[in-house]
Amino acid sequence: MDLNLNELLRQYHANPYEDHEICTPHTGIVTFKVTEGQHTQGPSGQWLHKPGTLLFILERENNPKRITAKCNGQVAEIRHEFEGKFAEAGTPLLKIRHRLTKDEIIDRILTEVLTVFPAPQKARYYLPPDIASQMEKGGETSISIKPGDDVLIMSLMKRDTLLKYEGMPGIIYKVYFKAGDLVEQDAPLLGICPPENVQFVQKIIDRIKNEWED
Amino acid sequence: MDAEQKHIADSGQFLTQLASRISYLADVIGDSRWYALDTLLEEVTFLRSAIFELPAKELFRRIKVLDERISILEDRAAKEITPVRMVNIVRSVQRFTLQDILENIYDSFTELGGEEDCNIDPAVVVARATISRRVKKKIYRHQVMVIGHEKGMGEEYRNGGCAKPWGNDKALRYMKVAETEGIPIHFFIFTPGSYPIEDFPGAAQQIARNIYAMSKLEVPMVSFISEGGSGGAEAIGLADMRLMASHGYYSVISPEGAAAIEGRIREGQKVPRELIEKCAEQLCMTAEDNLRLGTIDRIVQEPPLGARRDDYDFFKRLRFEMIKATDEVVLSTKSFRAFRAYALRRQVKKHPQDSTDDFGVHISWNLSDAEIERLLELRSQKYRAMGQGYIELKKQTIIDTSTLKDKTKETISRLYYEIKYGLLKPQKKNVQKVLQEVTGEGAAFLSNITEPVKAAVDFLAGPQEGARQYSDEAAQISIFNREWEQYVSPLANEDRTVSCPNAAKYGCLDLWVPDLYGEFCGVCPACGHHFPLEYQWYLQNLFDAGSVREFNNHIISGNPLKFQGLDARLNRDVQRTGRKSGIITFKAKLNGIKIVVAMPYSNFRSGTFGSAEGEKFIRACDLARTRRRPFIAYIHTTGGIRIQEGTLGVIQMPRCTMAVREYVDSGGLYIVVYDNNSYAGPVASFLGCSPYQVGIRSSRIGFAGPRVIRETTGQDVPPDYHSARNALMRGHIQGIWDRRDFRKNLYDALQTMGGPNLYYK
Repeated sequence: MDLNLNELLRQYHANPYEDHEICTPHTGIVTFKVTEGQHTQGPSGQWLHKPGTLLFILERENNPKRITAKCNGQVAEIRHEFEGKFAEAGTPLLKIRHRLTKDEIIDRILTEVLTVFPAPQKARYYLPPDIASQMEKGGETSISIKPGDDVLIMSLMKRDTLLKYEGMPGIIYKVYFKAGDLVEQDAPLLGICPPENVQFVQKIIDRIKNEWED
Repeated sequence: MDAEQKHIADSGQFLTQLASRISYLADVIGDSRWYALDTLLEEVTFLRSAIFELPAKELFRRIKVLDERISILEDRAAKEITPVRMVNIVRSVQRFTLQDILENIYDSFTELGGEEDCNIDPAVVVARATISRRVKKKIYRHQVMVIGHEKGMGEEYRNGGCAKPWGNDKALRYMKVAETEGIPIHFFIFTPGSYPIEDFPGAAQQIARNIYAMSKLEVPMVSFISEGGSGGAEAIGLADMRLMASHGYYSVISPEGAAAIEGRIREGQKVPRELIEKCAEQLCMTAEDNLRLGTIDRIVQEPPLGARRDDYDFFKRLRFEMIKATDEVVLSTKSFRAFRAYALRRQVKKHPQDSTDDFGVHISWNLSDAEIERLLELRSQKYRAMGQGYIELKKQTIIDTSTLKDKTKETISRLYYEIKYGLLKPQKKNVQKVLQEVTGEGAAFLSNITEPVKAAVDFLAGPQEGARQYSDEAAQISIFNREWEQYVSPLANEDRTVSCPNAAKYGCLDLWVPDLYGEFCGVCPACGHHFPLEYQWYLQNLFDAGSVREFNNHIISGNPLKFQGLDARLNRDVQRTGRKSGIITFKAKLNGIKIVVAMPYSNFRSGTFGSAEGEKFIRACDLARTRRRPFIAYIHTTGGIRIQEGTLGVIQMPRCTMAVREYVDSGGLYIVVYDNNSYAGPVASFLGCSPYQVGIRSSRIGFAGPRVIRETTGQDVPPDYHSARNALMRGHIQGIWDRRDFRKNLYDALQTMGGPNLYYK
């Protein structure tokens, strides 16, 4: 595995943030509603139906549009020169510095080290019974697969199709769906890891879980 | 055990009773510190713990003092019973429940549809029961179906008597069983309200189905109300005789709910106690208020502080009242009843306060066909007359010629339509039917002879041009009644843009208001979201130009309960809209088809239904029936029953449903179209019972709003919970119409559902 674990973690420790640049969706007069350093909250509620913190109002044609935060974080930078002024579409107005959570970092690292098996089309997916029962007995990382193996059942309009695996041999490290769920096209279904890297990946996850504080 | 020890043991039991009386008093008053009730309870607790340590004499003395003090407090509380305290009585865990009634009033009973928690809805209990009466030395037994709410004696799974939609469905199922078996139904209402969820069959829709069925159920029905919470109560409340417990309440909304609305209290904030008390008084929810308003028939007297589970005298009284009420309903249907009615009255006079076992007369509860017909007629009259005295009419001069003219015109037209449709049309239909049969037979007979000749002609001359081309009239109908003369909403007179609420999801562009409310008819061209439009738009664009003729404008919304602040709000709405009630009823034409329309609209008290609105709706329904016209209920908006009218508002649910049922039974075509927001009582009665219900896109349909659902069920609902799409998925409506196709779709519906005569009988 050519990933340098220590280097990777050092990078995340040094800069555990992700900057979200908020741009104007269209032209208009800008009125800021936040100040630098202010904490923002993204959409909340069970269905994410409560909008996030109001960042600024963009008024065009007497239509004041409320631009709200899409993620949690802190307002890092505001371009005050636009206060009360006209801005073109796509103008960056402020930055929200979002601190990455433990899960977000794990997900990012996993996308680098795992081979993802995406959904070929929008359908319901199941694991074949032998894999499912083996997984039930031995846990998620107990199944090794090789090209040509039947790894998934795609169910579309009550017709089941077996999907063959065509990547490099490995172990099913992560199952991203629940049996019977409707999965969108290209959404990840399985994360496959070469057997020799399993320990390494687990080590990364354990270290992040132990060392990282949300 | 010697005598003293026995007395001490009895004292232990007595102390338990004292503790129960104190806690009941605290429940009733709603304050455990009222006249130091908490200290009294501490004293009782101490005596219970020290019962064997204190000298017997001292123990008995202290118990006696306690008993006297509690009795004084009970007397005082009984004299100071306020509406809020009545609500507290009803909600007390010591209040009698349906289970007590079943055990103490009926001789035997078998619970149907499940028992205890093994039940489709434990809040609704159905039982087949027998009740007996003594006449001299003979015992007569009657079979009845008992349907009611069970609040439970501390059983959480009973859900406090809040019936779920499937619980009301169970009630309906057994009402029909009773109808099949021809046995009377006794309803017992102990509900703070229905459980407000939309899952199939849906809270509102199921209540509507129940009321619709009960309006013409062919058995005598008697209901008894202890806790009558609005729509939940009506689901099993439409009866031939309505009794009410003297310490019960029957209301359009709980006092807390009314206070939260009146005081505009935000979710999660505490509602001030004073406001709750004020609302409870203004809502006129007590038995005496309801008797005065005419929404119940009789009060069953309870002990001074309300009946509890061990008030056996009260159960005896209730048993007597239930039998007597059923007797009265049955007797009212009979031609020969004078002597039995007299005997019954004499028995009641003999025992005005107390009840008796001996009824002096036996009345069979089986009805003949003619008696059933009379029963239904009386029921109809009863509900149509209910609350009539509180309907306000526009003040008129002593001799108003226009009214006289209108009345004469109405009488003549009624006579004309009765002769035309009542006498002549059935004869005409019979003749047509016979002719049709003869023509059909003749054609079939002749075809055997003409077929070979026709085949020969076709062979020689080639096949003839096929069927006549039918023009699709509906397809030619424009969005507007006249393209060149369309009404444009005043909302379009603003130079600004608005954003579609679905912009983030579908990328809809901002819309210029003159375009949106003009050419686009308030519809986002990208995603189809419907922005609300004022009711005038529909009046002008939906019907044929100049065909709208309003009627019954002299019926005006009033303030029958003198609810504080309502007069000012009504005046404000009158000033704002130039109208005097929350519903417009009118005759109109749609592509030449004559229809009658009832239209509650948003600008007047949010389209809520009070006595005036209900009466206008009923009269519109009756007009459609007399004139044999399709009846359309276009719901621009309705916020439910107007809470400030209390139970006078609630009874519009059975009243209007009765009118709708009679209209539909006589062969009428009733179509309901929901737009914007349609909630609560009307949807749970005369709207939800329609066989044809459709929603305009982006409309919201339901029983209770998200806040009420959250507060009642403790669960949040998704933002699109009440959307028309979800209502369609749940089967509550039969389709979703685009506003731009409203005229065309309505015409289609009239043609396809109404048939060629638009009146299918």
